Amino acid sequence: MSKRTVELELATPGLDAQGRPARIPLTTAEGAEPGLAEEHMLVNIGPQHPATHGVLRLVVELDGETVVRCIPHLGYLHSGFEKLGEYRHYNQIIPLTDRTDYLSPMSNNVGFALAAEKLMGIEITPRCTVLRVIACEMSRIISHMVWLGTTSIDLGAFTPFLWAFQERERIYDLQEMWTGARLTTSLTRVGGLMADIPDGFVAKLRHFTETFPKTLGEIDKVLTRNAVWAGRTQGVGTLTAAEAINRSLSGPMLRASGVAYDVRKDKPYLGYETYDFDVVVGEHGDVFDRYLVRLEECHQSNRILQQAIDRLPEGPINVDDPRVILPSKTRAMSDMEAMIFHFKQVMEGVKAPVGEAYVGIENPKGELGTYLVSDGTAKPVRWRIRPPSFINLSALPRMAEGHLLSDLIAINASVDIVMGEVDR
Amino acid sequence: MTASSPVPGTLRTEVARDGETIVFVARERLLETMRWLKETPGQEFDYLVDVTAVEFRDRERPLEVVYFLRSLKRRADIRIKVELDGAGELAVDSVWSLWHGADWLEREVFDMFGITFRGHPDLRRILMWETYAEGYPLRKSFPLRGRFSRAEQVRQALNINPEGNYSLEELSIAEAAGDLPDDMRDRLRRGERGVIPEPPA
Repeated sequence: MSKRTVELELATPGLDAQGRPARIPLTTAEGAEPGLAEEHMLVNIGPQHPATHGVLRLVVELDGETVVRCIPHLGYLHSGFEKLGEYRHYNQIIPLTDRTDYLSPMSNNVGFALAAEKLMGIEITPRCTVLRVIACEMSRIISHMVWLGTTSIDLGAFTPFLWAFQERERIYDLQEMWTGARLTTSLTRVGGLMADIPDGFVAKLRHFTETFPKTLGEIDKVLTRNAVWAGRTQGVGTLTAAEAINRSLSGPMLRASGVAYDVRKDKPYLGYETYDFDVVVGEHGDVFDRYLVRLEECHQSNRILQQAIDRLPEGPINVDDPRVILPSKTRAMSDMEAMIFHFKQVMEGVKAPVGEAYVGIENPKGELGTYLVSDGTAKPVRWRIRPPSFINLSALPRMAEGHLLSDLIAINASVDIVMGEVDR
Repeated sequence: MTASSPVPGTLRTEVARDGETIVFVARERLLETMRWLKETPGQEFDYLVDVTAVEFRDRERPLEVVYFLRSLKRRADIRIKVELDGAGELAVDSVWSLWHGADWLEREVFDMFGITFRGHPDLRRILMWETYAEGYPLRKSFPLRGRFSRAEQVRQALNINPEGNYSLEELSIAEAAGDLPDDMRDRLRRGERGVIPEPPA
């Protein structure tokens, strides 16, 4: 029999006979204490929980406050995109790609278009190549800004969230200027782009690249040497390089563990080999290193953007092939041949030859792979997305083992998931 | 792949439209081939990029299980395929023992195509819920709108047992703690969950 009491000093205390503040004894338990030491607890987090970054559900087995096992449940946002793609023409799939990783829609568009062009053997124009690089790097910056903002808010830092979202807003303005949409950009078409950049876009983007590093510097000042930030993130969720490779991690998650693999450098697409930028590699593979890697990647993306603006060539954005690119409305209305091509493309779609193609691009979350299999018709037999955040998330149970429940939130945030892509 | 040393278990090779080598491997020798590719010096495919499956519209063609491998050291890629007869047993060996990254990828292929991976430690549905009874969504025989009507789907969702939201493994933790209600325990004892019903023929 034990009786545990807690003495509480009240904020507005009464006085006892001696004139001292009165202490009120609070009885918490009478009788035998439950055997909490031996008992494991099952805690359900999500799917509607702000710290799980979407509709992720984690069932956690706890020993006290320590995570023994973490079992993720997915599929709450499953939309069957891959199945839907089998019933659509190649260009009709592009709007679906916006909605997978909805934090970086433009680079998803680029990833799909590159795979379709590889399958059909299409060479895109030089202007289109550079514009797609600009689209990819703008996406990387907004995706990393969302990650930075939400992660810092998870760990209790509110100010960087506001700064990061302000920067993201400026990129969103540019996306809106270019495509008319902030999120559902549907920027690319097979063989080109939906639209060329409007007047004033380059100047606005150049202004962004000149002012953006200042914000990054401020975020760096507030977070990197912040004792609370370092204490919550250093040594948390560590993965060694061998483990990261064995678990197929990619992107900043892989590089934070010290593996210098970047698709842009090692399997270049869109002429990335001609840009001057560094692959950012971490050392410890913990949450802190993932933060450093993503922060520095923003600087590198900014460098690439500057180089891309400087080299942006004049010329057409679409390939000169009437079977792939829709003729202009004026030509379709006045020229018989153009009208036939227009009709055939709208009704039948662009046909791909029999075969298959896989193209991996370095998305903000990791390697986004698009695998297309064609049987010679205008609709793919199989459209597979290699979802980087799905695969990165699969390492979460391993990373969370043995950490505290509050660390689980930091680790989950560091994976940088987006459920639209995890569940597809 | 280096030309001098052919991959063991190779049936034939092809070159994809993106220039990558595709090696078709006998189903029985898949695990042996994968281990050889991972561990042989000069091959060292230490990174599993992706696992997926393909079913063709032509029902005569076999299903393919596709493995994308990469050697981070050599910066080289290879694609391995296993063909499965759609009418026969849809099962291959799991490569989880070589690459833990295959865990969720193989679960997804199982979930979407109904292909079993022998030796996988935890082969459960991943994107669809565990008691999902309509079949395997990415099979060509599966209609785009699903097999059940909207009314039937709602009826099933309303009829689900409370423990249906937890896996058997998780429920075992709660049971050890002694806070599982009696009716739940009874249903569990009768095996009323955790078994995926066969899709209607």
